Amino acid sequence: MSDLYNVSAAPHLRYPTKTNTIMRDVIIALIPASLFGIYNFGLRALLVILTTVLSCTVTEYVYCRLMKKQVNPWDYSDIVTGLLLALNLPASIPMWMAALGGVFAILIAKMVFGGLGQNFINPALAARVFLFISFPGRMSAFALEKIASPTTKELLRHGALVIDGVSGATPLGQIKAGETVNLMKMFIGNIGGTIGETSALALLIGAAYLFYRKVITPIIPLSYILSFAVFAIIFGGHGFDANYILGHILGGGLLLGALFMATDYVTSPITLKGQVIFGVFIGIMTGIFRIIGTGVEGVSYSILLGNLLVPLIDNLTRPKAFGKERVKNGKK
Amino acid sequence: MNKYLERLVNGLFKENPTFVLMLGMCPTLAITTSAMNGVGMGLSTTVVLIASNVIIAALRKFIPNTVRMPYFIVVVASMVTIVQLLLQAYVPDVSEALGIYIPLIVVNCIIFGRVEAYAAKHSVGLSLFDGIGMGLGFTVALILIGSFREILGAGTWFNIRVMPESYEPISMLVQPPGAFLVLAMLTALQNKLKLPSATNGSVKKTALSCGGDCANCKGEVFAMNHELNTKEPQKEKSAGKED
Repeated sequence: MSDLYNVSAAPHLRYPTKTNTIMRDVIIALIPASLFGIYNFGLRALLVILTTVLSCTVTEYVYCRLMKKQVNPWDYSDIVTGLLLALNLPASIPMWMAALGGVFAILIAKMVFGGLGQNFINPALAARVFLFISFPGRMSAFALEKIASPTTKELLRHGALVIDGVSGATPLGQIKAGETVNLMKMFIGNIGGTIGETSALALLIGAAYLFYRKVITPIIPLSYILSFAVFAIIFGGHGFDANYILGHILGGGLLLGALFMATDYVTSPITLKGQVIFGVFIGIMTGIFRIIGTGVEGVSYSILLGNLLVPLIDNLTRPKAFGKERVKNGKK
Repeated sequence: MNKYLERLVNGLFKENPTFVLMLGMCPTLAITTSAMNGVGMGLSTTVVLIASNVIIAALRKFIPNTVRMPYFIVVVASMVTIVQLLLQAYVPDVSEALGIYIPLIVVNCIIFGRVEAYAAKHSVGLSLFDGIGMGLGFTVALILIGSFREILGAGTWFNIRVMPESYEPISMLVQPPGAFLVLAMLTALQNKLKLPSATNGSVKKTALSCGGDCANCKGEVFAMNHELNTKEPQKEKSAGKED
């Protein structure tokens, strides 16, 4: 009799993957990029990461308490949002702005729409764009001062970049100005930028872990990057110039966006066809923003625009249910 | 409560045109970049609202029901023209700041809504107080939204610096998205605090035609419409089968 009470609802065949295991994997995958960011930009980067993560978790907890909702049983999604947001910010950002970004991400982009699973845009990206529109100067302050012979203390505080002294334009700015860039440096990540976007290598290591754990599939990143590359070849004005194309792909937030932002479960299409459409759409949008538009960067805007189209794409690519006839123009 | 006073409270809180009725969103969202703009727009609309309400209420027995809309719009447009010329003559700064939104008061839903729903059916006195109440409700709402956006988005209030010099304004709030954000937050606040409003259950349900229970509304009216809407394609389908 007591066994009967313990029968749970269907499905009885279960898979060990849960929201918190997925989120834990994403956090593990973001560790290389975060560590490289701390190495590159110093302890201040660590402080920014801690600030956004803390502000995201506290906001979620306080909101759930105030609204008398069940406090999420530690599903890590707020930590992922905070981490992604920090990786999208320059290390020099004032702490209160980073904290405000965390509050915006959780409160306005996620919780008021119903929490995890209901948010129609990527919270971290929404907060990044919010901060970018509000404080354009602070959000693009990538320039660093070179210190001739830094002491260990200075090196810790300011990161490895003070030795190279990257000042002025980021590689993407150089490309926009028509200069060639050092691809090897961009691949390793010894360049200016936001905390997490500089090192393509660290991002790829993290993504490889996610592919291995089957948390994400390579469909969205591949269709995104390939369609962007094709767009750059056709409209870039440089033809098939490897330095130009690779510089565009390695520069800015494209890899971070393609691997970690565009693949967010909630804000990307479900079906295979839909994911390809989504990837191609944001690839083309990024191309338009970067190459034809006046701005230097456009990854976050394109992914947000793609997010808005996801319900439509899902509706269009809804698979035919087994046994159902195809209906053409309302006639059977 | 005195029935005239009740009209004022109704306009300010219970049926606040901005936070409860959600009418006149175009000027609300577009011009509330500063508190001063809110005052200018709110008072201009109030004047037009009071004047049109009174005139329509006075003429309500003479206006034929079938062609009442053209009558209303002539009256409202005349009032707007008067207000616009007055603003241009005496406060050119405000006129400049509000720009196209002054002539656009003609098509403001609040004015048409009140004229059609209230002034055309009630006495001159009541319509006058309805106009004052609604106008003040709109003005207060615009000043509130404008204040939030100006203080946080520019660090000033009525063009006087209120935030410390070190404060870096959140400039998104004075841009278009900020209007939606602030409006939504203030509406949510009003609902959360259960300030008297027609839509959050703080008013007697019997006082409202639909019952006013928005939280549990299953949209019966829309469900009926849905049935009507879906009937048509089914007919077409069966016609297609015959083909």
